Amino acid sequence: MAAESQAADSVGIVEPQSLHFPEPIRLESGHTLPEFNLVFETYGTLNADASNAVLICHALSGHHHAAGYHSREDRKPGWWDACIGPGKPIDTNKFFVVCPNNLGGCHGSTGPASENPDTGRPYGPDFPVITVRDWVKSQARLADRLGIDQWAAVIGGSLGGMQALDWAIHYPERIRHAVVIAATPRLTAQNIAFNEVARRAITSDPEFHEGRYLENNAIPQRGLMLARMVGHITYLSDVSMGEKFGRELRDHAYHFGFDVEFQVESYLQYQGVRFSESFDANTYLLMTRALDYFDPAREFGNDLTRAMAEARCRFLVLSFSSDWRFAPEHSQKLVNAMVDARRDVSYAEIDSDWGHDAFLVPNERYESLFRAYMNRVAKEHGDAG
Amino acid sequence: MRADLKLIEPWVAPGSRVLDLGCGDGTLMDYLQREKSVVGYGLEINPDYIEECVRKGVNVIEQDLDEDRLHSFRDQTFDTVIMTQALQAVRRPDRALTEMLRLGREGIVTFPNFGYWRLRLHQLWNGRMPMSSTLPHTWYNTPNIHLCTVRDFEALCQEHRIRIKDRTVVDNAHRSRWYNRLWPNFLGQIAVYRVTR
Repeated sequence: MAAESQAADSVGIVEPQSLHFPEPIRLESGHTLPEFNLVFETYGTLNADASNAVLICHALSGHHHAAGYHSREDRKPGWWDACIGPGKPIDTNKFFVVCPNNLGGCHGSTGPASENPDTGRPYGPDFPVITVRDWVKSQARLADRLGIDQWAAVIGGSLGGMQALDWAIHYPERIRHAVVIAATPRLTAQNIAFNEVARRAITSDPEFHEGRYLENNAIPQRGLMLARMVGHITYLSDVSMGEKFGRELRDHAYHFGFDVEFQVESYLQYQGVRFSESFDANTYLLMTRALDYFDPAREFGNDLTRAMAEARCRFLVLSFSSDWRFAPEHSQKLVNAMVDARRDVSYAEIDSDWGHDAFLVPNERYESLFRAYMNRVAKEHGDAG
Repeated sequence: MRADLKLIEPWVAPGSRVLDLGCGDGTLMDYLQREKSVVGYGLEINPDYIEECVRKGVNVIEQDLDEDRLHSFRDQTFDTVIMTQALQAVRRPDRALTEMLRLGREGIVTFPNFGYWRLRLHQLWNGRMPMSSTLPHTWYNTPNIHLCTVRDFEALCQEHRIRIKDRTVVDNAHRSRWYNRLWPNFLGQIAVYRVTR
């Protein structure tokens, strides 16, 4: 909408960019990608000494389009438009914001739907398993190309927060602040179990063709839909679903059958269908696996304190009261390890009924605290010109 | 400079690790960070205070002091654990005190002395719960649910084998007058203790 895209606190019309990285990248799995592309968006202006750059890391189903609109006709802004823009917590008057689509994604960066240079066909299931560590490594190459030696901050929610954490541990000299929102230092068995249901839904769809659905002109749409439906339940909370749908029926009567009758069923189906039309099944498998594998303490003898002792940056850790996917206790564990490792950290648990999704939902305290922290970050480099 | 900061400051070693339980808007930690280069954290439950700490650049961790989760910090993580004007507001001051000395080598505690003569007189004279400028709340809405006197506090320390390294009693403006020291439990409005195991 033209009017909205010109709102004073919107970054306005934005255009994705793409960079080709011809050097091979060795992945944590031991595999090597001979070359890759990263698609990304930027907002704001990089200052003369490149000290005001902020990296936004996206979550499971996210992408590079974090803020603004792609055209005047665009109905919806980027996924984190609530927090990125002039005067918003991540103030584009002060920061140069970079948001890439992660490797293995399906929105333009090299992923399973891309052409495998060895075969000339889509990678499909041959695309190597990617980890958070690999994403961070590829993002570091992007930083090199953009002339950014050190990020003022690396920021992310959920899986994005895990990337911020990994940056802090593995590139301590290249990051001044990490903002870790609604994340966890490792998934629980329950988290992994939900991911596994999602993956099984996809791989057991007859249209999956062992991952070579593109070559078979098929899409495992039912599987993707189910995966999204189960995922979506874990992003919301009992309270938010109750408020949004309650036990409302679509047409006020029981039909004593198994078609969609409750509003919540209709909503989940709508979300599932929409997602299955726009997301790649192999990418979904990869992203959920990256979540499962994430465990920065593992290479430090399962000692999270030792992992955090590698970091040099300051941290802001935020959790949400009704988040049961990555509940506040997980953030608290992370904070305890940071304190133990003598890192600078501030932590708050934001009251919200929105479950895990709360990190994307406008909330007065959340935005105000986030803004206060980012203003502090901005003071270190002086406002960008 | 706030008078209570001046009282506490000499007891905090430069560069030491400090935890401030109930840190409020972070004034004390901000001061100790700048003047003593301490590495520290404040614990706070009030969202406005938390934001104010963040604005000041003070590390602040959201935490209800009444919850047992203080226990998740490791033993002896800190050199000094400070609790100013909060002991009387927690559900179990005895546990808070022992927890302080589990987390740190030394504790600094300040609290309003309920043995102050005006408070005694107030109750004696009016037959009602004392109120004063230090304790302005009515009995039913006060956050101060565990008020104690200087002698009560020292008895508690003795019971838990906690050693009192230093004690000062001051007036409301945190000034130490000769008559405060003359009869602390009767003439001191605010008690300031430095304790250890």
